[in-house]
Amino acid sequence: MRKLKKTIGILTMTLVTLTAMSCKDGKKEGAAEPMSNEMHQEDGNNQDGSKQMANAGSNASDAIIDNYLKIKNALVADNQEKAAEAGGNLVADFDDFDKASYSSEEQQELTDIIEDAKEHAEHISESPMEHQREHFDILSKDIIDMIAITGTDKKLYQDFCPMYNDNKGAQWLSASKEIKNPYYGSKMMGCGEVQKEIN
Amino acid sequence: MKIIKIIVLVLLVAFVGIQFISTSRNLSSTVPKTDFMLVNKVPTTIQNKLQISCYDCHSNNTGYPWYNKIQPAAWFLEDHIKEGKAELNFNEWGEYSDRRKNSKLRSIISQIEDDEMPLDSYTLIHTDAKLSEDGRTEIIAFMTQLKNDL
Repeated sequence: MRKLKKTIGILTMTLVTLTAMSCKDGKKEGAAEPMSNEMHQEDGNNQDGSKQMANAGSNASDAIIDNYLKIKNALVADNQEKAAEAGGNLVADFDDFDKASYSSEEQQELTDIIEDAKEHAEHISESPMEHQREHFDILSKDIIDMIAITGTDKKLYQDFCPMYNDNKGAQWLSASKEIKNPYYGSKMMGCGEVQKEIN
Repeated sequence: MKIIKIIVLVLLVAFVGIQFISTSRNLSSTVPKTDFMLVNKVPTTIQNKLQISCYDCHSNNTGYPWYNKIQPAAWFLEDHIKEGKAELNFNEWGEYSDRRKNSKLRSIISQIEDDEMPLDSYTLIHTDAKLSEDGRTEIIAFMTQLKNDL
């Protein structure tokens, strides 16, 4: 009789263990929704009034550019966490992007760009800093190509660092004229030059 | 003593129990037209290397090891394969836009350069999947060429 009790006890414990384990199937899916949409202070040292424009502008790419610039600023500051956070928000921005107002050819191009860029944003949201920078390099190209189609109200500077990626060079966008390198951060803050001014 | 006996028993029953939880298996007998090897001209030596070192997790067909049906190993494998395929699926290469091909190639090159792929946990058992210095150089050169030709 005691043995039976013990057996039942064991089986119950096992069942509980199994039930508890099967619950983990739900996983931690779903990117963390952007909780804070407050303006980024670090970008505040830009003299131009791009902020006000961002609020007024109805351009769909504005949110994307804002979060892109947040990633850029975080990488300039060697801040992996902030870059990751902005990367997560950027993923959501790409999902929200509405292509309806563009021609079908442009839509195709935008689909390609966004599909690629979203993956880089995802990686930025979960990688160590050196990987974030690698993905930021390709992401920058995507964003530059996207702006070529969508346009923007913002004043942007297209910068170029000739050293990054084994001297193959890498571009990035900034809202201020002063060079602050996101690929090397504090190691080589001033490396690079303005290639082009957008707007 | 009694308590140890009980714990061992619980673990044993749990181990048997989890064997009944099924996992989805990554198997496919057909190679789609969009496969990396069919879309690109890949030298046989590199084909073999990619097949052995990458395709288990980066294609629709896994050559499962003998323990693949034993839990919790099966979960571990399923997870890795799912993640690997989401990141890069050689079978779907032809469906990627040029922009994405470029991104994927860049990641392939950097992962192999940094010796991050194939994963250590994979080559631990699949010793033949470990890439030699020459093998890595060869693959990197090929992928770089492919990237430049895009």
